[in-house]
Amino acid sequence: MVSLVLPRLASWKGTVFEGSGRRAASVTERNISCLRSMYWVVMISGFVEPVLYLFSIGIGVGALIGDLRLPDGRLVGYAEFVAPAMLASAAMTGALSETTFNFFGKMKFMRLYEGMLATPIRPIEIALGELAWAMVRGVLYSAAFLVIMVALDLTTAMRALAMLPATVLVGFAFGALGMATSTVIRSWQDFDLIASAQFALFLFSGTFVPPGHYPAPVRWLIEVTPLYRSVDLTRALSLGPVGPRQLVDVLYLLALLAVGLTLAGRRMGKMLCK
Amino acid sequence: MDKLIHAHGLIKRFGDFTAVDGIDVEVRRGEAFGFLGPNGAGKSSTMRMIGCVSPPTGGVLKILGLDPRRDGPKIRARLGVCPQLDNLDIELTVRENLTTYARFFGIPRKVARRRADELLEFVQLAERADSKVEPLSGGMKRRLTIARALVNEPEMVLLDEPTTGLDPQARHLVWERLFRLKQQGVTLVLTTHYMDEAEQLCDRLVVMDGGRIAAEGSPRELIERYSTREVVELRFAAESQEPYAEKLAGLGERLEVLPDRVLLYVDDGDEATAEVQRRSLMPASVLVRRSSLEDVFLHLTGRTLVD
Ligand SMILES: Nc1ncnc2c1ncn2[C@@H]1O[C@H](COP(=O)(O)OP(=O)(O)O)[C@@H](O)[C@H]1O
Ligand SMILES: [Mg+2]
Repeated sequence: MVSLVLPRLASWKGTVFEGSGRRAASVTERNISCLRSMYWVVMISGFVEPVLYLFSIGIGVGALIGDLRLPDGRLVGYAEFVAPAMLASAAMTGALSETTFNFFGKMKFMRLYEGMLATPIRPIEIALGELAWAMVRGVLYSAAFLVIMVALDLTTAMRALAMLPATVLVGFAFGALGMATSTVIRSWQDFDLIASAQFALFLFSGTFVPPGHYPAPVRWLIEVTPLYRSVDLTRALSLGPVGPRQLVDVLYLLALLAVGLTLAGRRMGKMLCK
Repeated sequence: MDKLIHAHGLIKRFGDFTAVDGIDVEVRRGEAFGFLGPNGAGKSSTMRMIGCVSPPTGGVLKILGLDPRRDGPKIRARLGVCPQLDNLDIELTVRENLTTYARFFGIPRKVARRRADELLEFVQLAERADSKVEPLSGGMKRRLTIARALVNEPEMVLLDEPTTGLDPQARHLVWERLFRLKQQGVTLVLTTHYMDEAEQLCDRLVVMDGGRIAAEGSPRELIERYSTREVVELRFAAESQEPYAEKLAGLGERLEVLPDRVLLYVDDGDEATAEVQRRSLMPASVLVRRSSLEDVFLHLTGRTLVD
């Protein structure tokens, strides 16, 4: 029945594109092939949350607040002000849920990566592949949210198109951060800490209140957090104007991505290749 | 290039603890090579170094003529690995476990699907192809892990305790499949603490204990070198077997006293049994058998393989 193994060696080798990118993509592909009906439930809940905030606070509370004066003097509706922040935090949430909880489970309990590391795949490629997967999920959230923003006339279609790649960057940066964090975490309990930190970021990163309203030291603190830089980027793209500050935002997020990814790859190597 | 593994003075330390303590190993293409040793001997640590997932602490290691430190991915592309503990993907089906794994090696999807079907046939899991992994029996999981190790048409397959924890029937099925692979010329490297497994599958093996290699050779050579042709197992109905040992002195080449029995190493078991009776020792039971690797291990280390 089977003429196995050796005789057919090299039947496919040689046609194969070999390299880090290919190997990382195969890790992403693994996640896509285990998408099952249950998973959609998880994914939808991640999308619904920022939409609820947009409606309840942006539009609901916004009706009480009225218009808001931007630093350049323009007046915008409160919902317009809040929406790009919800977009950025949705990108954050999507990326983090995949790279913290799920990633940790795969590493510690499913021992999934042990199997992968017996193939040509290297730890950093697993990190890259998982991150790319988190991005697939993040982009879906963002795109759906942007459609709502345009439908509610909170931004224009052109601006929405510009925001999509920005949310990809935001997702990548938070994904890398989440992954690096997961490699130093010891138990599920530590995820409560992550969740608290995430919620604090969500509340205070200039999401609902312009940071100019806080006292100076608090403002400085806020301005160095990753979600603030993300909101600053998406809000500028949504409401304008775009300036050198946004270049800082982009560089900041790129740096976070590079550092997080390197750290995650190193730590994974240390833990799994003992 | 016919040496697939070349290790010289290979060392693995975990902190202060030395798990592998300077071993020399050579494995040639087409061989079935075994590491026989009890739990904690350092077999898995050695296998993980060979599989290029654990960097050696010291010594020389060449796999397929390449340096694992530099060429890990290249080497791993040509190895098949069946780890001690199954790490199948529980979120995927049986077939998907193979096709997905194939993708990690960069095997095109179509080829992956074809190979998955062939391999499932080979390990007799074709009917379970669409099942999840969880409900499979231990033996089935093991066979699936072996199939997965073959998905890249490896030149050498590493099997870390392939049948530990399986019932006899499941073990025989695995052995039979491994034997087929061996016949097809695949180089097999396996670890085990079952002497019957080593005897059945290995052309050549090393006896490992406490991170060191105690002896090396084919099963037959080792038995000839370290044991006699036959063994008489005597059980005495008493608290301690020790007093009887004295009375058995001079009988056979060697004698081992275990907590529950005395082993007499002799060339002719029946003759020795007759002599035991002549000395009017009344063992509760007598068993004459051929020497095995278990006896080799006992002789080399003073301990039994499986405790
Ligand atoms: N990652 C590790 N950290 C510390 N000690 C380890 C590690 N892996 C194995 N050891 C120790 O090394 C010794 C050899 O283990 P192992 O190679 O698994 O032996 P075997 O496979 O022969 O049972 C054991 O005493 C084990 O506790
Ligand atoms: Mg072991």
